[in-house]
Amino acid sequence: MAAAIFQGFGASTALSLSKSIDSKRVKLPFGRSLSERRASFVVVGSDGRLVSDSSRARKLVTNAVATKADSAASTSASKPGHELLLFEALQEGLEEEMDRDPHVCVMGEDVGHYGGSYKVTKGLAKKFGDLRVLDTPIAENSFTGMGIGAAMTGLRPIVEGMNMGFLLLAYNQISNNCGMLHYTSGGQFKIPIVIRGPGGVGRQLGAEHSQRLESYFQSIPGIQMVACSTPYNAKGLMKAAIRSDNPVILFEHVLLYNLKERIPDEEYVLSLEEAEMVRPGEHVTILTYSRMRYHVMQAAKTLVNKGYDPEVIDIRSLKPFDLYTIGNSVKKTHRVLIVEECMRTGGIGASLTAAINENFHDYLDAPIVCLSSQDVPTPYAGTLEEWTVVQPAQIVTAVEQLCQ
Amino acid sequence: MALSRAASSPSHGGLLKPLAAAISASFRRPISTDATPITVETSVPFTAHNCEAPSRTVETTAQELVGFFRIMALMRRMEIAADSLYKAKLIRGFCHLYDGQEAVAIGMEAAITKKDSIITAYRDHCTFLGRGGTLLEVFSELMGRQAGCSKGKGGSMHFYRKEAGFYGGHGIVGAQIPLGIGLAFAQKYKKDESVSFALYGDGAANQGQLFEALNMAALWDLPAILVCENNHYGMGTAEWRAAKSPAYYKRGDYVPGLKVDGMDALAVKQACKFAKEHALKNGPIILEMDTYRYHGHSMSDPGSTYRTRDEISGVRQERDPIERIRKLLLSLDLATEKELKDTEKEVRKEVDDAIAQAKESPMPDPSELFSNVYVKGYGAESFGADRKEVRAVLP
Repeated sequence: MAAAIFQGFGASTALSLSKSIDSKRVKLPFGRSLSERRASFVVVGSDGRLVSDSSRARKLVTNAVATKADSAASTSASKPGHELLLFEALQEGLEEEMDRDPHVCVMGEDVGHYGGSYKVTKGLAKKFGDLRVLDTPIAENSFTGMGIGAAMTGLRPIVEGMNMGFLLLAYNQISNNCGMLHYTSGGQFKIPIVIRGPGGVGRQLGAEHSQRLESYFQSIPGIQMVACSTPYNAKGLMKAAIRSDNPVILFEHVLLYNLKERIPDEEYVLSLEEAEMVRPGEHVTILTYSRMRYHVMQAAKTLVNKGYDPEVIDIRSLKPFDLYTIGNSVKKTHRVLIVEECMRTGGIGASLTAAINENFHDYLDAPIVCLSSQDVPTPYAGTLEEWTVVQPAQIVTAVEQLCQ
Repeated sequence: MALSRAASSPSHGGLLKPLAAAISASFRRPISTDATPITVETSVPFTAHNCEAPSRTVETTAQELVGFFRIMALMRRMEIAADSLYKAKLIRGFCHLYDGQEAVAIGMEAAITKKDSIITAYRDHCTFLGRGGTLLEVFSELMGRQAGCSKGKGGSMHFYRKEAGFYGGHGIVGAQIPLGIGLAFAQKYKKDESVSFALYGDGAANQGQLFEALNMAALWDLPAILVCENNHYGMGTAEWRAAKSPAYYKRGDYVPGLKVDGMDALAVKQACKFAKEHALKNGPIILEMDTYRYHGHSMSDPGSTYRTRDEISGVRQERDPIERIRKLLLSLDLATEKELKDTEKEVRKEVDDAIAQAKESPMPDPSELFSNVYVKGYGAESFGADRKEVRAVLP
């Protein structure tokens, strides 16, 4: 299997897939025709196999390929779209899903009348009513439990944690009831809940408000975890998470809410288990997610000037890992650098290192390097906080050392 | 119990007795088909908090009473059989038995429909049976076989029956209460006109989640009924040692509460009927069922280190729920001693047959280890390195 990158839209590509694959071509050729062909489309998985699709109106974008320049990371074929900020993209996705399915409802602190502490649910309470956009008291454990109970009966709640760190109070409900009920009931109940909220290190928010919960949740069997990083994938992942019948935890980042990007007008839903190829390259594979993607892209600019050609992949799916895309990249470059904001001990990077070592050991020319945040509570002082997370200069140094 | 219908068998002299018996035997109606209403008064009045207590007079029928007897005898027999199976090491892990508390499960069922939801903690075998579960499913699940209600993957603490509105079966104390509030929320959302019963014990009554859930249920007028099955012991700790205020029905403060004699199936039925009407109109209500468990907390607990055997046998003699129904049936002349004994024999046989059948059910297939972790479908495949389904080879 040569290149992993291909374009999969348009009904006509279904037949001529093997011939039209060209890893160097990154601009999608079917610009205009896509909007005309909106009614008929094809869903293709990253490995080229056609997935039979039953739902009429949605389009599954499986592998969003970026241009080599620094434009927005993943655009669809149609050039006219609309520009918006990341929190607006989340809101758009949420609103579209609430319009589409009356079972979808939101619950959380200040999501209703206040509009959401990060404005993700702004205007929704007015449109859908107080029961569908429910302002809860400050009782994370029980309103998460309430959401799970409602999901057992067939509703599709979205529970918002005002900050991911607060969801530690609901850990029992998330681990025991949310993750395990489908298994322990022998498949009788499904829990189509979405738990979302901002996490990550912000601007001097202090230790308790700068937590990264990906590492705590990653061992829970039965849940899926995704992290969004751009307005495009935020909307797509939000919609996919709501439509999924599994419990999904959607990690957002406090500092990314005001990112602006142009996203397509048509409806699109992304796949929950796919990684995103941000920048194809040849020398080293850099795996990252959420905010660190931007630090990596900044470092990539420097690296390109120095003559390196890094391949940057936004893993997006934190559980399960998209070992297919990652594996193909490793087989090509033979060097891996993981850049994450999670803690060093027991973080996502640690699990990813183990997974890559186990599966692709033969393809590695050097040990995997994992850059993560320091194992300290995030300090308040600005300079100290800067040194807790990985900075672009460190990424450049690491790549230089890795490629020696 | 006080009867409002006059007793119909006069006791004359010894000469007429056999004749009277012969006559009454030939004219007595068959026991289980009579549906004319009978009114019975409960022996203990209800105590109310912030609401009007329902009346002590309960309407029932002969059919219902005989049904109560049969099912409670079945539940009792099932739990005793589970005890022996546990000691024979066919049931492993934790096994929490409900004998003594059967009246709560059966009285509740009598007052509601299958559209109403019930969720309880880990002492769930009898509640599951009451919701329509079969003995085969119970014993198979306890022994970890495929025919179990959760396919053998849940165990004693994870019985579920979705089509009958039974939501489990939960191991962590108190965690089922917010789930129960969620069930009520969904019922309100869908405008179902049904209610949810969230059962918990006197030990769980001290959990913070309960009060958080109460607050939300009262705030949004959810049709939730919180039922505290007060068997006076939270595992090994008596209620007076764990709770400053053991009046659990009053702990709702602004939420009305009702204290019920939980060993009296008819009182439980009356209370649940009252609670359902209340919840549909006014929001949540707390029911405290004063009940007792004969076994220890679980099979690993002898149950006698924190209470005396005299206490246990005292309750068994005076308040046993099955004995009450038996006495009621006999005094109302709805069944004879022999018929009730026959019912018990039948029940015993039924349980033995179910155990034999359950023992024949196979253990789950090794591939079942990975099934039902995720729901298959859109956005759900769990991939291995080559994007195929994870297949493991077990040793």
